[in-house]
Amino acid sequence: MSSDTQAPGETALSPLDAEGVGAAVEAALAAIAAAGTLDALKAARLAHTGDKSPLALANRQIGRLDAAQKAAAGKLMGASRGRVKQAVAARQAELDAEALAHVLATETVDVTLPVDRRPRGARHPLEALLERIADFFVSMGWEIGEGPEVEAQWFNFDALNFGPDHPARQMQDTFYVAPEDSNLVLRTHTSPVQARSLLSRGVPLYVAVPGKVFRTDELDSTHTPVFHQIEGIAVDRGLTMAHLKGTLDRFAKAMFGESVTTRLRPAYFPFTEPSAEIDLRYTTREGENIGHNTGWIEWGGCGMVHPNVLRSAGIDPEVYQGFAFGMGVERTLLFRHGIEDMHDIVEGDVRFSQHYGMDA
Amino acid sequence: MLIPLDWLAEYTEVAGNTATDEVAHRVMTDLTRVGLEEEDLHRRDLTGPVVVGVVKSFTTHKFGNGKVINWCQVDVGPYNPGGARNPDPAPGTVTESGYRGIICGAHNFAAGDTVVVSLPGAVLPGGFAIAARETYDHVSDGMICSARELGVGTDHAGIIVLDELGYAGLTPGQDALALLGLDQRTVELNVTPDRGYCFSMRGVAREYALAARVPFHDPVALTDLEPGDGHPVGFRDEAPIHGVPGVDRFVALEVRGIDPAAVSPLWLQRRLLDAGMRPVSLAVDVTNYTMLATGQPLHAYDRDRLAGRIEVRRARAGEKLTTLDDVVRDLDPEDLLITDVDEAGHSRVLGLAGVMGGADTEVTTTTRNVLLEAAHFDAVSVARTARRHKIPSEAARRFERGTDPAICNAAAQFAAALLVEFGGGTIVPGPTDVDRRVAPTPVELGAGTPARVVGVDYDQGDVERILTGIGAEVTRLPDGAGWSVTAPSWRPDLTHDVDLVEEIARLSGYDEIPFVVPPAQFGHGLTPAQRARRSVARALAEDGFTEVLSYPFVAADVADTLGLPADDPRRPAVRLVNPLSDEEPALRTFLLPTLLGALARNVGRGIKDLALFETGLVTVGGHRAPAPALPGGTRPADADLARLLQAVPDQPWHAAVVLAGEREPRGWWGEGRPADWTDAVEAVRRVAATTGTPVTVHAASVAPWHPGRCAEFRTGDGTVVGHAGELHPEVVARLELPARTVAGEVDLDALIARREGLVQAVPVSTFPPSWQDVALVVDEAVPAAEVESALTEGAGTLLEDIRLFDVYRSEEHLGAGKKSLAYRLTFRAPDRTLTADEASAARTAATDLAAARHGAVVRA
Repeated sequence: MSSDTQAPGETALSPLDAEGVGAAVEAALAAIAAAGTLDALKAARLAHTGDKSPLALANRQIGRLDAAQKAAAGKLMGASRGRVKQAVAARQAELDAEALAHVLATETVDVTLPVDRRPRGARHPLEALLERIADFFVSMGWEIGEGPEVEAQWFNFDALNFGPDHPARQMQDTFYVAPEDSNLVLRTHTSPVQARSLLSRGVPLYVAVPGKVFRTDELDSTHTPVFHQIEGIAVDRGLTMAHLKGTLDRFAKAMFGESVTTRLRPAYFPFTEPSAEIDLRYTTREGENIGHNTGWIEWGGCGMVHPNVLRSAGIDPEVYQGFAFGMGVERTLLFRHGIEDMHDIVEGDVRFSQHYGMDA
Repeated sequence: MLIPLDWLAEYTEVAGNTATDEVAHRVMTDLTRVGLEEEDLHRRDLTGPVVVGVVKSFTTHKFGNGKVINWCQVDVGPYNPGGARNPDPAPGTVTESGYRGIICGAHNFAAGDTVVVSLPGAVLPGGFAIAARETYDHVSDGMICSARELGVGTDHAGIIVLDELGYAGLTPGQDALALLGLDQRTVELNVTPDRGYCFSMRGVAREYALAARVPFHDPVALTDLEPGDGHPVGFRDEAPIHGVPGVDRFVALEVRGIDPAAVSPLWLQRRLLDAGMRPVSLAVDVTNYTMLATGQPLHAYDRDRLAGRIEVRRARAGEKLTTLDDVVRDLDPEDLLITDVDEAGHSRVLGLAGVMGGADTEVTTTTRNVLLEAAHFDAVSVARTARRHKIPSEAARRFERGTDPAICNAAAQFAAALLVEFGGGTIVPGPTDVDRRVAPTPVELGAGTPARVVGVDYDQGDVERILTGIGAEVTRLPDGAGWSVTAPSWRPDLTHDVDLVEEIARLSGYDEIPFVVPPAQFGHGLTPAQRARRSVARALAEDGFTEVLSYPFVAADVADTLGLPADDPRRPAVRLVNPLSDEEPALRTFLLPTLLGALARNVGRGIKDLALFETGLVTVGGHRAPAPALPGGTRPADADLARLLQAVPDQPWHAAVVLAGEREPRGWWGEGRPADWTDAVEAVRRVAATTGTPVTVHAASVAPWHPGRCAEFRTGDGTVVGHAGELHPEVVARLELPARTVAGEVDLDALIARREGLVQAVPVSTFPPSWQDVALVVDEAVPAAEVESALTEGAGTLLEDIRLFDVYRSEEHLGAGKKSLAYRLTFRAPDRTLTADEASAARTAATDLAAARHGAVVRA
């Protein structure tokens, strides 16, 4: 490269010497192209475009030429120096890109390393399902009611047309609250909220009540002493069993998909008349037929609100009537997800909840 | 309720073979449609070949062990060796006689008798497989069966001899299972409490006839026997329950001269067994059979052991009775009794009416004269007595659901006829029939009511057909207004018009009802509290906590275990009368006791790093004044309603967290971080922030927390809403939890109730901030929260943010018992760029207040 540089004092290149200028440009371009590093490029740039470079020196002579020669010399020198400058810039960009590529290559990490420094939490799928159920009823314009778990017997039984000697009152496997005469129980169903809602909200009434209920069943794979129900009660003018069927059919489809078929089967509850149980059959996303070959799946109880229940809340059954229903939420969860053992739901093992993540 | 199908078919018409699953399924489907839900399908644990055989000859052999056996040649028709059903006899089974050679240990038969033979391949009850086997010097190629071996009836001496049972014209090789009904299917139904009449073949047959639209043949469609001067019976009820007399009908029918040795026929025993009852003796079997057939419970007395006239009355204080099950029972004045009164006027208790008889007058193996009782007792009275004495007898089960008072006389005849048929003797004419029944009240059904309730416009003729079909008397009201309906005597459940509507709807078919979605309502969506609870659960889950559910039951000494002081408000707990486990008789007053249980269970399963949360109701304040007992069907007076609501304990929503092990796990990136008190405090702060309720944090010393590591959370009005921190090491030890387990719990209801109202806008300043760092030296005992609060207050409105970024202790530089708290204060004005002077003036104001309140010294 030093061979291409012109020492000071040597005969300067004339800005009118097209051949000489062309040679100087070629020499510059060769040196730029040959620069393999940013430092080499810098040296080449200084040698061929610096103040003492032949091209700079030639350029400086333009001022001394007469007017007629200035134009030609200026044109020649402008174009020549422009080519060299451009070449420097292009080479600079190439070398910058190479340098960055090198840096990036050295900074490469293994992005497949497991990064889970903050443990993930989870909702219990039953709670998530309760929210989903509430959302379904809210979408129809219903409201979500609540009631206590330790409940007065009047709300749990008497207001629901279970007289003191009613055989169904004994069928409920009730937890009684001490002392014997407290007249309190752990609610055996969410239905006491029917009377509470009728008394506190009046009619028309469209309320769904998700909640915890209690029966004296030992825990096994299909029973748990503490479980959840979703209660619904709608009381208005002109509601019939057809509205009950329509509502539950939509609810079933929301829970199990559009393939669900529902049927009502006559049953008995003291607080509804006529009464029914709702059965299901459906096809899962995996194509499994549920309730087809093995008989229908029982989902819950329902019926038209008994006039005595309305009377218990001071509502005239000649003017208002309605329907009510209650489904087991655990049962719904079991069917939806193919859970086989109730123990998993109630034991509080984190692995169960974590399997479902944030939603169910 | 177990329904042997051949029995059902006797009272109605069941098409097809009742010994097939196909017919059984069809029957169950039909019954389910009208409300008798199918539970199960049963068949006997018995497969053939079990065939009719004729003992052609036998020889008797005595063995050294004293055993005497018979080597029998039994003609089993096509099953004989080489016959059509046995073309390739097993080795050693071909006999000279050409019949089957079978060893038999019984001796109650003779040559020529027709018997039941299980052949190789048959499996008898209990999984007893029959095979040809060598025994007593012969190959026994089958087994001659006793009733017990076939799982039917009591074991009387020896094998079944079909000739003695009245069978004739049988063909060797004929299927004996079909002959004896052992191939019949039995369906099991769930009978709801309103349909007591379906605890009988009669009732179920009636339902089947309605469901399948086939005829019904009433087994007790008998003319009542003319009452006469039978055994005297009187009623005396001074204390009717709810004003209903304990008994309103009592038929006593006598059968004299029964053979005490007579036994029930095999078919009757078989039907009892299929229906779930054990055969006992002829008299008992007949009463049970009649009860199953008709629904009318009967009692059989040994007539000769009755001392005198029968009186039905309530018990007197102190009276006792030894019931049939040999239990001595103290009677309650509410118990309705059957008694007899001798000539001296002495009264003896014979039994608990409708529940269980006494030992004194039961029929025995010597009874010749039987007095049959068929009565109608009040359902409530029987239910209370059965419950009081814990006797869930078959009779009580039926009476408490309501029996048919119209059939007492006929049912007694039905039973008497069976006794006479199988035990000999004669029916004494002129039975006692004390009949005090009250005429039933008709129910009015409006013409439009069925359509109004069900949403189906039923044809008026169909309504009348259905109501007549269930046995009701239907008369039209004038002007097409509807009907006056008198319910049949076996349907005490039909008391309201809607009860009749259900009959119309179910027998027309619920499938006929259309699906109609009610119009959408104008609701308010979730309440703010409901939304806040959802947000809390989601925030905790997203912060790495796993939601679990725990049962609310706790041990009686849980408060001691957790070290709660004697006056702690969480001590008074509601207890249960009948807890599932005596170990856990109380309800939790806060969530931690049961949530810590879940933590321990997870640890026990090998999971070490845990962050759990639960939200749920807790029951606080313990027991209150009892709730008033009020009747249903009428709105309680306001005062009563208030007492009712007041009696229910407070049950606020709580949220709780527990953590153990590493909060941030160790990994390839380096060390983990163990969960500590800060995580519990942070979780509760996050819960409060999620609800939008400002809380302040204070040092506290509350069980079950470490006294030096317990934070208390207060809302603006000073209400304490929760605590968090590290658990007391003694509590950790007692509960066998991981060391340094931390926990927090907050009253969500209290928190949510105090949340700030609708958030009002604050303009976002676009001017640059000014950051000022200060380090303050204070005494160790000064809580950081109070220093921060002084700085915040002193800094004034220009303060945008304050963060504690360092806590430093050094005896050398600060002196003993001192700490340095370093804060970054961010100042910003809404309308201008702050000057350096303004910012430092604000900082100085902040530190001055901290100095004044807490002696804080600004570190140079």
